[in-house]
Amino acid sequence: MKIGAVRESAPGENRVAMTPESAVQIMKLGHDCLIQKGAGERAGFADQAYEAVGVTLVPDEGALGAAADILVGLRPPTEAEANRLKSGQTLISFFYPAQNKELLDVCKDRGATVIAMDMVPRISRAQKMDALSSMANIAGYRAVIEAANNFGRFFTGQVTAAGKVPPAQVLVIGAGVAGLAAIGTATSLGAVVHAFDVRPEVAEQIESMGASFVFLEFEPAQDGAATGGYAAPSSPEFREKQLAKFRELAPQMDIVITTALIPGRDAPKLWLKDMVEAMKPGSVIVDLAAERGGNCDLTVPGEKIVTASGVTVIGYTDFPSRMATQSSTLYANNIRHMLTDLTPKKDGVIVQNMEDDVIRGATVTHAGAITYPPPPPKVQAIAAAKPKEKPKELTPEERRAKELADFRGQTRTQVALLAIGTLLMLVIGAFAPEAFMSHFVVFALACFVGFQVIWNVSHSLHTPLMAVTNAISGIIILGALLQVGSGSWLVVTLASISILIASINIVGGFLVTRRMLAMFQKS
Amino acid sequence: MSIGIVSAAYIAAAILFILSLGGLSGQESAKRAVWYGIAGMALAVGATIWGPGMGHLWVVGLMVAIGAAAGAVVAGRVQMTEMPQLVAALHSFVGLAAVFIGVNAQIEMGRIAAMVAGGDADGLNALTGFAAKVAHKTPVELNILKVEVFLGVFIGAVTFTGSVIAFGKLAGRVDGKAKKLPGGHMLNAGAAFLSLVLLVLYFNGAGMWALLAMTLLAFFIGYHLIMGIGGADMPVVVSMLNSYSGWAAAAIGFSLGNDLLIVTGALVGSSGAILSYIMCKAMNRSFVSVILGGFGNTTGPAMEIAGEQVAIDAEGVAAALNDADSVIIVPGYGMAVAQAQQSVSELTRKLRAAGKTVRFAIHPVAGRLPGHMNVLLAEAKVPYDIVLEMDEINDDFPNTDVAIVIGSNDIVNPAAQEDPNSPIAGMPVLEVWKAKQVFVSKRGQGTGYSGIENPLFYKENTRMFYGDAKKSLDALLPMIN
Repeated sequence: MKIGAVRESAPGENRVAMTPESAVQIMKLGHDCLIQKGAGERAGFADQAYEAVGVTLVPDEGALGAAADILVGLRPPTEAEANRLKSGQTLISFFYPAQNKELLDVCKDRGATVIAMDMVPRISRAQKMDALSSMANIAGYRAVIEAANNFGRFFTGQVTAAGKVPPAQVLVIGAGVAGLAAIGTATSLGAVVHAFDVRPEVAEQIESMGASFVFLEFEPAQDGAATGGYAAPSSPEFREKQLAKFRELAPQMDIVITTALIPGRDAPKLWLKDMVEAMKPGSVIVDLAAERGGNCDLTVPGEKIVTASGVTVIGYTDFPSRMATQSSTLYANNIRHMLTDLTPKKDGVIVQNMEDDVIRGATVTHAGAITYPPPPPKVQAIAAAKPKEKPKELTPEERRAKELADFRGQTRTQVALLAIGTLLMLVIGAFAPEAFMSHFVVFALACFVGFQVIWNVSHSLHTPLMAVTNAISGIIILGALLQVGSGSWLVVTLASISILIASINIVGGFLVTRRMLAMFQKS
Repeated sequence: MSIGIVSAAYIAAAILFILSLGGLSGQESAKRAVWYGIAGMALAVGATIWGPGMGHLWVVGLMVAIGAAAGAVVAGRVQMTEMPQLVAALHSFVGLAAVFIGVNAQIEMGRIAAMVAGGDADGLNALTGFAAKVAHKTPVELNILKVEVFLGVFIGAVTFTGSVIAFGKLAGRVDGKAKKLPGGHMLNAGAAFLSLVLLVLYFNGAGMWALLAMTLLAFFIGYHLIMGIGGADMPVVVSMLNSYSGWAAAAIGFSLGNDLLIVTGALVGSSGAILSYIMCKAMNRSFVSVILGGFGNTTGPAMEIAGEQVAIDAEGVAAALNDADSVIIVPGYGMAVAQAQQSVSELTRKLRAAGKTVRFAIHPVAGRLPGHMNVLLAEAKVPYDIVLEMDEINDDFPNTDVAIVIGSNDIVNPAAQEDPNSPIAGMPVLEVWKAKQVFVSKRGQGTGYSGIENPLFYKENTRMFYGDAKKSLDALLPMIN
């Protein structure tokens, strides 16, 4: 098959979907690679570099579309580009099928197969082609760099001869891939980082990256795992609480990075105008959700503005494109992995296996039909979080009531056991002779004492306990001693054998116990 | 010595025994406790020997001397890894002694009955000790005595063969796998029922043959019962046999009318019963299911395990250990088999010298005897205050850099928590997989005693350190700095 990489037509888009390195790998799968002239230029990959590894250069988009069986790109195609697709041709790029319904229809009518990189399901096996994550990672990093660039102070706190500098306070809202990358970058620059997310289960990840989790007192939110690891819209009450918390934090924060997105919806407004106004002059807000309307009220998509109160609001929508070399490398690898999955036999033949969770999930049109939305994947994205058993905080009254109930329950069982025991004793006493009963009393008391005493024996001393009880059970020697004086030779013989083995037991048991106990020592 | 003084000595001995067991609540008080036990035993034996009704003192002296010497030799020579065998072997002695004493009681009864029938008044008056006591019993008391003797012999016989088989299994002389004759538990039940029939016959005057026939049946029950229990359940078996030996002593005490025997037997019996209970609880299984042998039937297919076992060499383990701040070591039976406790101790010493926190996590059923691992580690001079129980340490695994599993398998199997269909589902386990990194020292890729796959070995943070535990650790030691 011929794989062709297009030159991105969108203005300001510097990335490219194929690098010389990924092309080599793709060719190993048995494919031929084509690339439009100048496609990699803005990402730092010259045409010659492609030619050097054996990629065929194609002069323009038309020629590429005519020659290639599979087109790879980044941004969703324009209507004109979509109309150029041939029947049976495959397009692999970001597509956002939920927002681009008409475009989807066009591609379907053209009979092309579209594999949307943004639809790759979030399962472990598909991580290597998860372009959203790899791009988000770059965006998170770049967001901090942009913020630092526009922030007039150090990130790290310093005590210098010229005076003390406090560390920058950074708040990251939304701890997805971008948020976590931003946390990591900001922490490594030395800032004090706080992070918030509606999914309480990510608190651990946030803390592992070195930020503190902004905790919100609220009834358990819904389980994020149910939505494939993405956040779900929250209830109005929750939103109010959340905003109140942000309002409280706003005056202390130097940098705010918002990354909150909900799949298939406009970005939620989380950083309102009054919060921006409450911030110190010189503070910076970076809105990574700008493309989808922004999390901040004042965000202007694609631009950087400075408010009247001196707060910089960055609403760039092209963070990954600003690091085109890095993002092209990662994206090209994602594409390459996708092609690897599509070419199971490595023989240059594409198999559109619609039984495969990943391929099925990412394919939005195929064979003249729209295949979006996909059925839920067979493999669960993330194991459903087990409901954590929190020891419920009991009020003093409840605790007292519970203790009382426990106490009553215990009393009841004890009384019942005692009653049964006494009854049994009475039955035995009614039939057994007196001599037996006096022994029986001793026996019952000894059992009782044994039960009381043994519970206190430490776990680590169970082996010595066995050895010592073993030695003590050699007390059976008494029986043999009482019989050995008999007049019958058989009795004497058996009794003396018993004495012999019981003495082995006694001496062996005690000595070995002593040996063991002597070994236990404190450090 | 008058009977009063003997009784007083018995009371003192009983109290000393109770103190001895109670003293085992702590390592330090335990050292005193064992002396209480020795003193109590000396008192009891001494009072009996010099008490009324004794005869053939030279035989007693000879037998005690030989027995004591043999016991001292055994106790001095035994390796700490062989403790389970030793304990099992000693139990069998108690069982056998109980059988002999019971049979003796029957012989004496027969003799006295013959004397009474023959009107041999002189002979009756000349009787001493136990025989004299029997001679003065009323017919009702004699009947009760018969039941007591029968019970004592039965329990003793089961204890004897059971302990012999347990010894064989623990010493590796009998195959450790659970084995049953065709018919399984029906055979045991049948034998028990026959014994009951024999009891009725014996009660109605059948005499010696019924007692001996029952003894053979009980021997068979003991043999077959323990043969049917697998190696991993041995901690329960040994403590159960311990309990039986106590009950046998108590039953003999009843037949001889000796309160000290009753008290001591009851103490030992309840001690063993509690230990068995603790062990069963640690395996989340009922006592009955352990005794009836084998693991319960699985209720469905086991969860599929994804991933593969990744091996690692000594260099890799050493590097991780050198980087780690906190280490938890989980020893199991494999450590005992490989005699690796000294190497483990040396590793601990080196790691602690490097300022790392090293602790041991002991599962209640690790090894083949309750508390087996503690004894082995103590032998290797691992301080007992860093050896912790499961409940004390389980919450600390998430904050641990490296967990090292040495020769244990089922007690660290996450399937117990994750897979409701697993045969060990619900058994409390050490949550080693929560540590940042887990190394498993293991001989090969086999399964544990329960024969179930261990998903731990396939986890992403687990590395398999194959080889004999001692050799692996010895290879590792020079690389720790």
